[in-house]
Amino acid sequence: MFIVEREQLQSLFDALIRRGYALIGPTVRDSAIAYDEIKSVDDLPVGWTDEQDAGRYRLNRRSDQAMFAYAVGPHSWKRYLHPPSIRFWQAKRNGRGFNIHEEERKNSPFAFIGVRPCDLRAIEILDTVFTGREFVDASYESRRRDAFIVAVNCIYPASTCFCSSMLTGPRATGGFDLCLTEILEPDHHQFTVEVGSQRGEEILQDIPRRTATEEDAETFRLLMAEAEARIRRRVHTKDMKEFLYKNYEHPQWQEIANRCLSCANCTMVCPTCFCTAVEDTTDLMGNEAERSRRWDSCFTMDFSYIHGGGIRSSTRARYRQWMTHKLASWVDQFGTPGCTGCGRCITWCPAGIDLTEEFRTMQESENNKLICEEVKTNGNT
Amino acid sequence: METLDPILAEHPFLRGLDQRHLRLIVGCASNVRFDAGQTIFKEGEEANQFYVIRSGKVALQIYAAERGSITVDTLGEGDILGWSWLIPPYNWHFDAEATELTRAIALDGKCLRKKCEEDHDLGYELLKRFSNIIHQRLEATRLQLLDLYGTHA
Amino acid sequence: MEPMLEVELSEDRVAVDPMVPSLFAVTRIHRETRDTFTLTLEPPEGNGGFNFTPGQFNMLYAFGVGEVPISISGDPGDGRLLTHTIRAVGSVTKAFCGLKKSDSLGVRGPFGCPWPVHQAGGKDIVIIGGGIGLAPLRPAVYHVLSHREKYGKVALLYGARTPNDILYLRELEQWRARFDVEVHITVDHATTAWRSNVGVVTRLIPRTSFDPSNTIAMICGPEVMMRFTVQELLKRGVESSDIYVSMERNMKCGLGFCGHCQYGPLFIWKDGPVFSFDRIRALFAVREIRR
Repeated sequence: MFIVEREQLQSLFDALIRRGYALIGPTVRDSAIAYDEIKSVDDLPVGWTDEQDAGRYRLNRRSDQAMFAYAVGPHSWKRYLHPPSIRFWQAKRNGRGFNIHEEERKNSPFAFIGVRPCDLRAIEILDTVFTGREFVDASYESRRRDAFIVAVNCIYPASTCFCSSMLTGPRATGGFDLCLTEILEPDHHQFTVEVGSQRGEEILQDIPRRTATEEDAETFRLLMAEAEARIRRRVHTKDMKEFLYKNYEHPQWQEIANRCLSCANCTMVCPTCFCTAVEDTTDLMGNEAERSRRWDSCFTMDFSYIHGGGIRSSTRARYRQWMTHKLASWVDQFGTPGCTGCGRCITWCPAGIDLTEEFRTMQESENNKLICEEVKTNGNT
Repeated sequence: METLDPILAEHPFLRGLDQRHLRLIVGCASNVRFDAGQTIFKEGEEANQFYVIRSGKVALQIYAAERGSITVDTLGEGDILGWSWLIPPYNWHFDAEATELTRAIALDGKCLRKKCEEDHDLGYELLKRFSNIIHQRLEATRLQLLDLYGTHA
Repeated sequence: MEPMLEVELSEDRVAVDPMVPSLFAVTRIHRETRDTFTLTLEPPEGNGGFNFTPGQFNMLYAFGVGEVPISISGDPGDGRLLTHTIRAVGSVTKAFCGLKKSDSLGVRGPFGCPWPVHQAGGKDIVIIGGGIGLAPLRPAVYHVLSHREKYGKVALLYGARTPNDILYLRELEQWRARFDVEVHITVDHATTAWRSNVGVVTRLIPRTSFDPSNTIAMICGPEVMMRFTVQELLKRGVESSDIYVSMERNMKCGLGFCGHCQYGPLFIWKDGPVFSFDRIRALFAVREIRR
């Protein structure tokens, strides 16, 4: 582990820019902390913190100059690795047939600054979806291969975070090139830096730093323990998959459906939702055509449409699909749950629906049922 | 008719009936045969018997003026044809035509109705079996109604 | 400090983008019924042929209109040409209907899990199709009949709307004329000119001869029809692990990336479209997961 002074952080940015990376990092925009192109540490949300709850997001000013004293905003890194819309190819008519021109993929490699541990897991999950199975998604692969990741551990999780229950945070354990943790005290402002790869090692050579002492390591451990203690939302994940598979007809689904607007916000902000709609279009003359794709959501009415009609026409069925997929079926499909505990779906739901709350309600009602049955049978003996 | 006894007893429809009831039913039974194209009964006629088909094929038809005669069901070996003899006012609701040479056992419905009134146990056994047939036909009819193979825009 | 996740890719996996179709030329268009037609396609020049297993499908692209999944309906033993039977129900399939000889269309595939024709050796085979469902079953019929000695009793049951909607009528009659196949056809209703069966296809099952303890059943048709047919077979004593159905879902990419074809935890393009009934039994029963 190393220590880098706050004043030297810009040299990390400069080192990356010199090597041709396009920096993407958190910055204040439209009253939220979004991920956008940045060049300097001054672009970061210095002195800002966020206040999040179900259906609520606010930015508040801090009394200090902390640069990473917030959790996650509405953006996730899928915006850059799995863009909202891309074109696959264009085609032109040619006699009785047509010629296809594939889209060239060229962009400067990304350097993601400030990737939270929950989002690191989200990127790993997307890696499995897009590069870990029979077919490889060329667009994802080309953006992901050269991406440089500077992770940042969370000191101030939001009230909607539950990464510790999903075993994804608040501390990053791998999947990054460099990982920073902010140490802000009255008399010094510095970062611990963990190296996670050869690339990270190489970049670090350009940054003035010193080796961490035992005291630094102790400060780091205390900070992480405090961060973990700040997390208030908990989910009992034991047998979560089996529980949801057994409860397709639980009355709570209808209860949720009475509040859910099926607005699809949750799928837009979720860092692992990857569903897309493929579109084939043509010009008016019918001489040129193209195939593209854009983000889609299982909450839309026509997501499950086949000739004759949609299969999931009720909000109940669509919410159930989303939550069961995220927490249960995903495990069978990809080996882990699809949820990283980032809490975005809770914050950005206009109806304030909290899936951890809903899951707990279902678990408790099942426990109550079991207790009642036990009482009944024991009462009869 | 002693010779019909084993044939009827073997038939899945009458399986499980005790000897006494079987004899009562056999007492109302006779062998019949229909040539290909022969009408077995027409809609509106008195329904005084039902048939246990031993071989061949029978088409149940409805006559719809503009469309002509439409076949809505076909019955074959082992099927029971006709339950209108059980339902007042005891008239046929469809046409039935043998589409190929058909052999069947005809049971005198009028005679059986009387026997069922006298012996309610026999009546119950027969009704149990007929309600099962009606249930199967109803389920099949409903599936046909869905027009599953049609396009549903 | 753990090493960063390395994204590993083999060269040939990235070489051809699987979202780009190959161009096939139409060599023959044959109208089967009022709204159904069969396209015979020739692979691009230099291609050895087209190999597939019965039950698989391709994503077919009509230039400028769109792309849809269509089951392959030809003979798996003949790889020279590619055959698809298509029902014109939407804008893309109607566009296929308008194609002429030598026109091109885009083909991606084959995708999907096939009918269990290889695992069914030594068993009785019961194939049950409803409506257009006979098309994805036809390759299985071809395979079974060209390896007839490998199987026990073979029966083909088919239900259509009316006699005019019967698919592959001539072939059905040819198969019926064979002594080693039992073929029963039924329609939902007919004029009196039709002298054969009328009624739902499930009614044909009691009349069919097979050993339920040693049978593989393959069913394809509207989901309601498959549901009732499965019930009838279970009643007859066939194990749910020996009954196979072909499921259809909204499919857009065929590669597992767009998420549309999910059926519970299963992906239709990869884990299906052919499933053994015991695998999907639980999902089949839940409304709005099943149709």
